[in-house]
Amino acid sequence: MIGFIVRRIVQAIVVMLVVALISFTMFRFVGDPVNQMVGVETTPAERAALRDDLGLNDPVPVQFWRFVSDAAQGDFGVSYQFKRPVAELLAARMPATLELSFVSALFALLIGIPMGVYTGLKRDHWLSKLFLSVSLIGISLPTFLIGILLIFVFAVNLQWLPSFGRGQVVDLGFWTTGLLTVSGLKALILPSITLGLFQMTLIMRLVRAEMLEVLRSDYIRFARARGLRDRTINFGHALKNTLVPVITITGLQLGSVIAFAIITETVFQWPGMGLLFLQAVQNVDIPIMAAYLLMIAFLFVVINLLVDLLYVVVDPRIRLTGPAA
Amino acid sequence: MKRVWIAAALLAASCGTVIAQDDEKTFKFAFQGELKSLDQYTLNETFSLWTLGNVYEGLVRLDPDLNIIPGLAESWEMVDDNTWRFNLRKGVTFHNGNPFTADDVVFSANRVRSKGSDLTTRVPADAEFVAIDDHTVEVRLDSPNPILTAEWPTWGIMDKEWTEENDAVAVTSASAEGQNYAALNTNGTGPFKIVSHEPGVRTVFEANTDWWDWDNRAFNIERAEFTPIGSDATRVAALLSGELDLVYPIPVQDIPRVEANPGTEALTGPELRTIFLGFDQKRPELLYSSVKGENPFQDVRVRKAFYQAIDIEAIKQKIMRNLSTPSALMISPALYSRSDEFERLPYDPDAAKALLAEAGYGDGFSVGMDCPNDRYVNDEQICQAVAAMLARIGVTIELNAQPKAQYFAKILASGGYDTSFYMLGWTPGSFDSYNVIRDLNACRNDDGTEGGPFNLGGYCNEEVDALAAKILVENDIDTRDAMIAEVYTILNEEVSHIPLHQQGLAWGKSSDIEVLQRADNALLLSTVKK
Repeated sequence: MIGFIVRRIVQAIVVMLVVALISFTMFRFVGDPVNQMVGVETTPAERAALRDDLGLNDPVPVQFWRFVSDAAQGDFGVSYQFKRPVAELLAARMPATLELSFVSALFALLIGIPMGVYTGLKRDHWLSKLFLSVSLIGISLPTFLIGILLIFVFAVNLQWLPSFGRGQVVDLGFWTTGLLTVSGLKALILPSITLGLFQMTLIMRLVRAEMLEVLRSDYIRFARARGLRDRTINFGHALKNTLVPVITITGLQLGSVIAFAIITETVFQWPGMGLLFLQAVQNVDIPIMAAYLLMIAFLFVVINLLVDLLYVVVDPRIRLTGPAA
Repeated sequence: MKRVWIAAALLAASCGTVIAQDDEKTFKFAFQGELKSLDQYTLNETFSLWTLGNVYEGLVRLDPDLNIIPGLAESWEMVDDNTWRFNLRKGVTFHNGNPFTADDVVFSANRVRSKGSDLTTRVPADAEFVAIDDHTVEVRLDSPNPILTAEWPTWGIMDKEWTEENDAVAVTSASAEGQNYAALNTNGTGPFKIVSHEPGVRTVFEANTDWWDWDNRAFNIERAEFTPIGSDATRVAALLSGELDLVYPIPVQDIPRVEANPGTEALTGPELRTIFLGFDQKRPELLYSSVKGENPFQDVRVRKAFYQAIDIEAIKQKIMRNLSTPSALMISPALYSRSDEFERLPYDPDAAKALLAEAGYGDGFSVGMDCPNDRYVNDEQICQAVAAMLARIGVTIELNAQPKAQYFAKILASGGYDTSFYMLGWTPGSFDSYNVIRDLNACRNDDGTEGGPFNLGGYCNEEVDALAAKILVENDIDTRDAMIAEVYTILNEEVSHIPLHQQGLAWGKSSDIEVLQRADNALLLSTVKK
């Protein structure tokens, strides 16, 4: 078991290094950071001096090594734009992103599972057809469009909900939360729906498919033959057995919800890490981009590692000695 | 679970502070970009300069028509051609209570010219600042400088004592390791102080009741809250829904919607920025063209043909929705007294074709054009229109429209002036023609370290350079303006660039708000009434 974990960790480090290298190579093509850092009248000589100070004139391998060795010590450098340590900026923005991601994942589960069960049980009911059509929208419309549509309806026309930001935020010292105030909760609604809609659709379709599968299986038939009540069969036996893949998918999707909150955060000016990243791309703020990409890679690596370990625990048939699964 | 919630709520109530509050007298506004650093000296960019200009004041100020009026200096006079004397206002204090004195001015003059400052052009390198007494400063120059104070409205005076105490004398440049106190805190003399600043999220201003000009104030708001909103659609939605009092800029195509919505209106006016096209006239052969072995843009007839092929009125009506002022000069008429003496070359595709034929390009040619797509108002659409208009005289444009980060990296000196034909916008920081003549039109060397660094196409005329040197040191306004007119005449005859227009400003605001919209796109909180 320990050998397996060590092997996975070594693999994880390799993955992180590759991500760092790829993102670092990409930065060559995002533009010149110096142009975004100074006003238009700054002379070429001053610009050149700044490039030099930033170490942008060093060969790429030197820059890469400097970045990796600093990052390994937890130092991601200072943002070109904000003149603040990147780690501090990311930490300040993290609560916003995590709150949004968890609320939207919760939304996806709480709405997606019942809808999936319903459409699975009453395949021909008009409501099921409606759910399925709506879910098509969730899958096919791009996130930013859904966000803008929601803003247009609920913020501009009905004026029920705010169109941007986190509302009133309570600072707990280590964490800022919007969950404790009315305006903070209201501000969460539209972005959570926007971000969670795709996941909700996915979960609904997954539950539906699994339900249909399970309902056809022998033990359900036997259960019916025994004269158990529909309710017990549907929820006690069928739904329970569909949940294993649902939980796996939800866990894996949580990583992508956090990573792909970028677009939702931009549309709603949600002050999270994704927005920080997107602004960093526009301003060629390389330290922020590099740290964010590494962090997301780390998140995925950790989630995958946990899932791998869980599989081993859940399914003893997976061999630990052979080549890594 | 319930217990956890109660605990969290108690925790919040006991040690948490509630951020943001609603208030009748709170002015909420949004801009498309962020306020990056609170140190005014770190970035020479209009938004940052003027947002911090609510907090830090210069020795001089600008009135609504952009004329220089006294600020922290009550009056000034020229002792001789090379010496200026400034009499400072008495009884002014910084936000922390420290008195404002001549020492602060001398200190700020040194800091603004120090390494890492992006505002080094504010004060000439040769200027020596001497504190005569607590409220008199003398500026000694090596040569006459008629526009010494031109850029001073955006050079805020900082408190020497405060800056030194907090170890913030060195200007935060982006390469600086660690942080600078002045990048996160402010201490100015202005009508507003910053009470909280979360970079990229929110900045809160509060009126400074101890402001020296409090009794003459034109504003009645007590607080102001700034949020950056990058997405155009969200910014406009936040205004339409009544959550914000003012957002800027708004896309010109959204103006009718903002006007139609009850309770909101659009505020439009001319901006100082001039949008123009430029040609590579320096290389013997263009980098991106079908013409080999020679550079067609070195022939003035070709440049003139391009000029006359462009239907500026069509661009104004169709693309700018009438929110632009076609320009004959490379500078806004608001910044040069004799602008009305100049006229654009007439739009005449037939004449343009004839000129091309005369120059030996009757069959046309193709050339690459560089254009930003997120920098100026409808920049990419303008370039597309220009390409279509040039197609009518047989010139094929291969348009390369990119986001500003990539675009500037390519065409500016750091990219080796890698362009053949480009679009650019320019506002002279000094609000004066010398800047336009020197930075955009003076002969330069290959890497731009000598001459006009933003003369991307390398236009060169020694007569212009000689006149520029004289304009720089001429103290008599009329003589100076006459020489400037002479330069502009040459530039127009030789078509050094093709000036297109001054783009328009478009802000969206709630009807309950009164605010001054100045042509330099500065939003002054001290002009806001709610």
